[in-house]
Formats: sequence, structure tokens, C-alpha cells
Amino acid sequence: MADVIKKATRDSYGEALVEMGKVHDDLLVLVADLADATKVEGFKKAYPERFFDCGIAEANMMGIAAGLAASGKKVFASSFAMFAAGRAFEIVRNSIGYPHLPVKIGATHAGISVGEDGASHQCCEDIALMRTIPGMTVINPSDDIEAKAAVYAAMDIDGPVYIRFGRLAIPVINDFDGYKFEVGKGVTLKDGKDATIIASGLLVNEALEAAKALETDGINARVINIHTIKPIDRDIICKAAKETGLLITAEEHSVIGGLGSAVADVVTECCPVPVVKIGVNDEFGHSGPAPDLLKEFGLSAENIVKVTKEAVARK
Amino acid sequence: MDTVLKAELKKKAAKIRTSIIDEVYSAKSGHPGGSLSIADTLTYLYFAKMHVDPKNPKMADRDRFVLSKGHCAPALYAALSLRGFFDESELKKLRHIGAMLQGHPDMKHTPGVDMSTGSLGQGISAACGMALAGKIDSAGYKVYTVLGDGELEEGQVWEAAMFASHNKLDNLVAIIDNNGLQIDGKLSDVCSPMPITDKFAAFGWHVITMNAHDFDSIEKAFDEAEKIQYQPVAIVQTSVKGKGVSFMENNAGWHGKAPNAEQYEQALAEINAAL
Repeated sequence: MADVIKKATRDSYGEALVEMGKVHDDLLVLVADLADATKVEGFKKAYPERFFDCGIAEANMMGIAAGLAASGKKVFASSFAMFAAGRAFEIVRNSIGYPHLPVKIGATHAGISVGEDGASHQCCEDIALMRTIPGMTVINPSDDIEAKAAVYAAMDIDGPVYIRFGRLAIPVINDFDGYKFEVGKGVTLKDGKDATIIASGLLVNEALEAAKALETDGINARVINIHTIKPIDRDIICKAAKETGLLITAEEHSVIGGLGSAVADVVTECCPVPVVKIGVNDEFGHSGPAPDLLKEFGLSAENIVKVTKEAVARK
Repeated sequence: MDTVLKAELKKKAAKIRTSIIDEVYSAKSGHPGGSLSIADTLTYLYFAKMHVDPKNPKMADRDRFVLSKGHCAPALYAALSLRGFFDESELKKLRHIGAMLQGHPDMKHTPGVDMSTGSLGQGISAACGMALAGKIDSAGYKVYTVLGDGELEEGQVWEAAMFASHNKLDNLVAIIDNNGLQIDGKLSDVCSPMPITDKFAAFGWHVITMNAHDFDSIEKAFDEAEKIQYQPVAIVQTSVKGKGVSFMENNAGWHGKAPNAEQYEQALAEINAAL
């Protein structure tokens, strides 16, 4: 068996920006004193005249990005998810969202897999915050390939986009024939009839692993990757609800307001079936190695198997 | 200042003041106090200073204006309408259902509004972004932004102040409307941002002071601002909140309140009598 290639999506983000910098000679990148951590260092080296470090001032950075976009500039603003979506929320809402300015927000270090830095930096609320802003596109890529595709696609969106990246190296899973990234379109990675596991971000790989294990136990689970949380792919979700009668959502985010909530919002309207949410259960994280934390918080194939089995038994 | 121009500007300022009163009276809400204190400055900017074209509000090389203290939208709308960006009839629809003119400036729907504002502390950051874009493009335009003195209590203002001087945004002019009052009362009683001039100087800005209700002083300040290189400019204007309407002057109670019918008539009479 070939070695699994692993890569953190923050690295994919940094590489994609350098590529985009070649194509778009007017692309600007902003950061708030986290050039290396958010991986925009590569862009800084390649295009120093198009790179602006705003210092430790995320609120102002978002305002600067808004002013640049209002002047016709293409701009990515980078920080950790905690500060980009959290600290700067109201600036993103009022200075970027309300005027629908095409600012792209590259938010790294999302979720519990930040690891050792602990709860203050483990943002599990960003998707909830960002998806409440009218007109905001919210993307949570599942691997290197998808992360890069999301960055390229964001450039063509005439409005604000929030893309979530992680610090932890995760397996490349989208290197299959026929993979196509389309904003707002979910991807069925495995068909199934007993239940559907709808996952996002680094939980997509876990969902695939879980589905394999479930097959050996006689449960035929469908796996859908929802990379775009907003606008969400209603069709693929409603179809899965109708055809499998049970949805299990898996995300590295609070169970309040994230993928699970978005999926539940959809099915309550089109086909009410049970939605069982796997995520961070309304609690703060803590320090520790990322793989251990993911396991502890139930963000693993193992837990998806357990939860799915229980839910199928209740059907 | 040229006496003919000064007489003309005084007339325009009076017209803008009456429009402010009209707007707030029609809306039965809004912010007359701070609108009246910036009326002369906006008159000068829109009729003697800024390079703008009402027929082409998105003109690439236009000077930009960001009303960071967005609640004083009545003053901006009055100036834009008088300058020809939209019909005067819009003013009386301010804040009404379906109106183009929103309670706070909306760049998507109002010609001449360069940035949506209203949440204090944010406009100056956007203005910095516009000034930076001008620098990147080697464009000749200036970016003007007006902040309230109470607005300086927002931390984001100082993040922007650092950014502007660090990036040598000498195409940026921030006007601080120092009328000394905010909603809860005197700045000195609430949470004083004084001394304003020293703070901006310490943040690396070139600081100019002016009398906000004297066109000679206003012209002198903006002429000086024009000459400054490698530094953003802060013009701290000493103003009277509610200027031109006796019962509104220096009264924090008129920060965000509409006049009744009797007060409305008196306000218009006073503004016109002063001409």
C-alpha cells in the first residue's frame, strides 16, 4: 500500500496564493502578524510589494481589506480563525458583508486540531459566525487539493468568501479521477442506503474510514463531503435524507451553528429525518497533541462508526 | 478666502443645515447635533475641495470621502444632494421604508457614498485601505474621512492610526470633529480621549487644528494638509454640536433626537436668519 500523503491545508493555502499571485498581478495579501503561521510567507517572498502586514490588529486589517476591495483590488486577508471570524466579526459583518465587498478571508488554525495552544486559539465557532452574514460564502476544504481549488474558485466569486484551513497535516483524499470542485456543490464520495454521513473538513477522511468499517458490520453508509457550508447544497442533502432516512453530520466545529445545524436547517424543510450531529459538544477545548484531542472529542472514524451504528439501530 | 467664494459657501452651508433639519424632522429620528457640527466642513469639501463628478460617482480618480461617524449621514446626504448626486426629494424619505437613504450611509445604493459606515471606528480603516490602494496605483486622489471625537474611544481607530503612519499614507486626511459631546454626555465625563492632537502626533500623524465654523480657518487647514508628505494628516476641528440652531447647540440631548413641529420651524428660521 502506498504511503498516505499528508498535508496541512494552511500549507495548501499558502501555495495556492503564490500560484494566484502569478495569474493575478493585482492580487494583494494582508496578514495580522502571522505571516509564517498562516503560510502567506511564500506570497510575501514572491511578491513583497503586494504584501501588507497590518500588525496585531485584525479589526483594522478587515477594514483595510474592505477599503482596498472598494477601490477595485483583489485581496486576501489572513489570520487565525479565532481572530478573523471571532475578534473581527463585526468588522467583517459591517465593513465587508453589508457592502458585499469581494474580500477573501483565509482563516487558518481552525478547530480543535490547533492542539497545544489550547482553548483560547481553538476556534469552533467560526462557521456559525460567518454563515449568519448575508451573502457570505463559507468553505471548509477537506484536503490539500480541495483547499487549493477553493482558493482559486474564491477569486471568481463577486462577494465575500470565508475559507477555513487547518494546522494539522491531514491525508490527501481528493486525488481521484473525476474530482471536480464546484462552490456550493457537495460531493458524494461513497454511495449507500442505510444512512448518510455528511462531513466537512478533516472529518471527511474520517467519514470515509468509518463507512469502510461500517460495511464490514453490514451497514451501507453513504458519504458526502460538504465543502461549501454556505450556500449549502440542498439537493444532495435532501436526496440523501429521502433515500437513506438518516443523516449523521461530522465536523470539527461546535455542534451549534455549523455543518450539522446547516444540514438540519435544510432537512427540516424538505424531508425531516433524524440528524445526529458529531462535533464539539458546546464545550471549550484544551491543550494537547491534535490527534489525541480529535480522538478525545469524538472527531474520529471510530466515533462516527459508534454513533452511526447507534443511530441505525434506532431507525 | 476669496470673499465671493466665502459668501457662496455660507449659503451652501445654510442650505445643508436646513436640509439636515428637514431630513431629521421628516424621519422623526436621526442625529442632528453632530450633523450640524460638520456642515461647514462638508460644504468646503464638496464645493471647494474634492475632485468628484456627480454624473460619474464611481470615477476612478475621484477623491474619496468616508463618513466614519456614519450617524451624521443627514449632513452627507444634504451635501451630496446639493452637489447633484441625487435629487433633493430623496432627503425627505430618509429612514423611511423603501427609501434609498438609509439611517447610516449605504455605498451600494446611494450615489456618492464611497463606504458603508455606521459602526464607529470602522470608516477610518476602510479609508486607510482606499488610501493604500491609491498608493499602490500611484493615483493622485485623496481620501478624506470624518470621525467623531467620541468615536476615538473605539480601539480600532488607533489600529488604523498606526497603520496609516506606518504606511506613510499622505493621501489620507482624517478630520476629527471635536464638539466635546457624545450620547452619554461630555467626553470629559464619559471616557475622555483627550488630548486628541497629542495622540495623533504620537501616532506619527501631522496634526492641524481648525475652527470648524470659519471658512478661512477651514481653507487654511486643508491647504496645509495638501502640502504634507510621507505622513497622514489629522485635522482636529473645534466645533459646536448643533451649530446654527440655538437650542441644539452644545447640548448632548440633541445627539440623536428629532425636533417637534415648533422646534422645526424655529430651527429653520434661525438658520435662515443667520445668512
